[in-house]
Amino acid sequence: MSFSLEQSPTTGDEVITNYTINFGPQHPAAHGVLRMVMELDGEIIERIDPHVGLLHRGTEKLIEHKTYLQALPYFDRLDYCSPLAMEHSYVLAVEKLLNVEVPLRAQYLRVLFAELTRICNHMLNIGSHVMDVGAMTPNLWLFEIREDCLTFFERASGARMHSAWFRPGGVHQDVPLKLLTDIADWLDTRLPQLFDDAMSLVVDNRIFKQRNVDIAVVSKDDAVRWGFSGPMIRGSGIPWDIRKAQPYDVYDRMEFDIPVGTRGDCYDRMMVRVEEVRQSARIMKQCLAQMPEGPVMTADRKVAPPKRGEMKSSMESLIHHFKLYTEGFHVPAGEVYVATESPKGEFGVYLVSDGTNKPYRCKIRPTAFSHLQAMDFMSKGHMLPDATAILGAIDVVFGECDR
Amino acid sequence: MAILHSAPRYAPFDGVKDALVAALGDQVIEAKEQHGEIVLLVARDSVETVLRTLRDEHEYQQLMEIAGADYPQRLDRFEVVYCLLSLTRNHRLIVKVRTDEATPVPTVTTLWPVAGWLEREVYDMYGVLFEGNPDLRRILTDYGFQGHPFRKDFPLTGYVELRYSEEDQRVVYEPVRLAQDLRQFDFMSPWEGADYVLPGDEKAAQAAPPPPVATPKDTPTPAQTGAGAAANKEATKPAGDKA
Repeated sequence: MSFSLEQSPTTGDEVITNYTINFGPQHPAAHGVLRMVMELDGEIIERIDPHVGLLHRGTEKLIEHKTYLQALPYFDRLDYCSPLAMEHSYVLAVEKLLNVEVPLRAQYLRVLFAELTRICNHMLNIGSHVMDVGAMTPNLWLFEIREDCLTFFERASGARMHSAWFRPGGVHQDVPLKLLTDIADWLDTRLPQLFDDAMSLVVDNRIFKQRNVDIAVVSKDDAVRWGFSGPMIRGSGIPWDIRKAQPYDVYDRMEFDIPVGTRGDCYDRMMVRVEEVRQSARIMKQCLAQMPEGPVMTADRKVAPPKRGEMKSSMESLIHHFKLYTEGFHVPAGEVYVATESPKGEFGVYLVSDGTNKPYRCKIRPTAFSHLQAMDFMSKGHMLPDATAILGAIDVVFGECDR
Repeated sequence: MAILHSAPRYAPFDGVKDALVAALGDQVIEAKEQHGEIVLLVARDSVETVLRTLRDEHEYQQLMEIAGADYPQRLDRFEVVYCLLSLTRNHRLIVKVRTDEATPVPTVTTLWPVAGWLEREVYDMYGVLFEGNPDLRRILTDYGFQGHPFRKDFPLTGYVELRYSEEDQRVVYEPVRLAQDLRQFDFMSPWEGADYVLPGDEKAAQAAPPPPVATPKDTPTPAQTGAGAAANKEATKPAGDKA
């Protein structure tokens, strides 16, 4: 008995072409509105063309039509996962042009809450990254920590997310003592418990490692050429942290370590963030221990409004208040580029002032823009499901990427 | 001036500007150090050479940002601003070139791949052309968008708005219709040279100026005021007797 191989219905003279699919713009693993045109050879990614801008709101143009103080809340709405870190760059840029001195307590409060923002941001990113590669539980557990953080923001500023609490010259209001003691308690008890619990499920997990180790390896040279910053450049093994190299506020008084990756893959980027959470908690503890008493806003009445009580008795205070909230303060002409270490990387503000009460130009340097651009180069040759892991490890938020 | 602010502190700039100007020669048009930033304005055609020199010989390894800016009153109205970072020297540097709507700027995608999208964004927002960029498409605005929205002469409201049309069962574009006028809260102080009509004070601009008086009326002596004993006497007369 002989048997013959079944003939393929195609006779082999036609070419099997790559096919092109849309990833997004409504895809749960796209972390927002990202459309990626993917060219696939089977399941292998040949080319990715990310289409961004679906959340473009023209923030920079709107800022040109607002006074310096009115422009501040737009920054909360850029990276809505780490709003205070966005404000930080902007207020420092304005202060650099004004050359105004910020009281020490305000600097400590800013660092304290910037680090709380970092924890809050990493909870969302680590959680959603883990969920993108298949695990549900850690995300839910990490959201408990995030909820605690948001409650702290609310107690400091009155808003859970869009705080508008950092102001040129300091912070808007002092915090109650009970909030500081509660944060200290939380850092000692709840945060390490919840975080270590959740991480014990992830970091040595076999499936998680299979999905992340050796995915999208980026060398040191490539990380520099592609303009990487933050956990992305540290994941590639370059110990670059603006908080350490170019300290702002009171970061030069803080002791903390910069975690770096060894291989430059998605797993390293994720683990850099995990360690950063612990370092942030360390910085916050130092802030709480060292924080002095004193004012939280500069006494320069041409920049910061007077106290409500002063306005009841002093005509001059009343005039200052009126002028600041109608006309706003004038900023000396000039241009600065101020970048801070936001949880996602270098977040910069290029601010041009023409001496009036409004910014002439306010260019925002988002972190995700350059990282997302490297998506094509990082994903080439990987499988389709790796794209979500790579995207999760970039930590992209479209409010900031598209502006 | 003493540094009071707490913005990021770089390694000190001592002599950096002069060294860079000496190294780059006449490619630098203007160099200044202001507000703790070194800003170099370089010739448009040599921007790629300048940035290559800065990257390879002066350790400015990273290109962090390319920003556009529009100054419509200038002949070369656009500025393209390159923000460089040196990881080893711990410095930042701002390099600028100027151009107009028609003249392209040489691309720097040959030096940093990250420049691709950054140049696309400047092109999208300002219409600055980059010669040699292999993929100069729009990036942030809508598919099929017309105009360059960050130019100073582009209105804040834009020209078109889109909505979902129930009749056509699709998204349609229409000219912008504002339910109320766009209010510009321009609160420059009127004492400091604001040259616009204050809101609510429109009549002041329309009202005719007071007519000119040939002989200004003044009252140096009491007799010229029209008051005094004669006027008092006149005022006390009964109503019927008045002249």
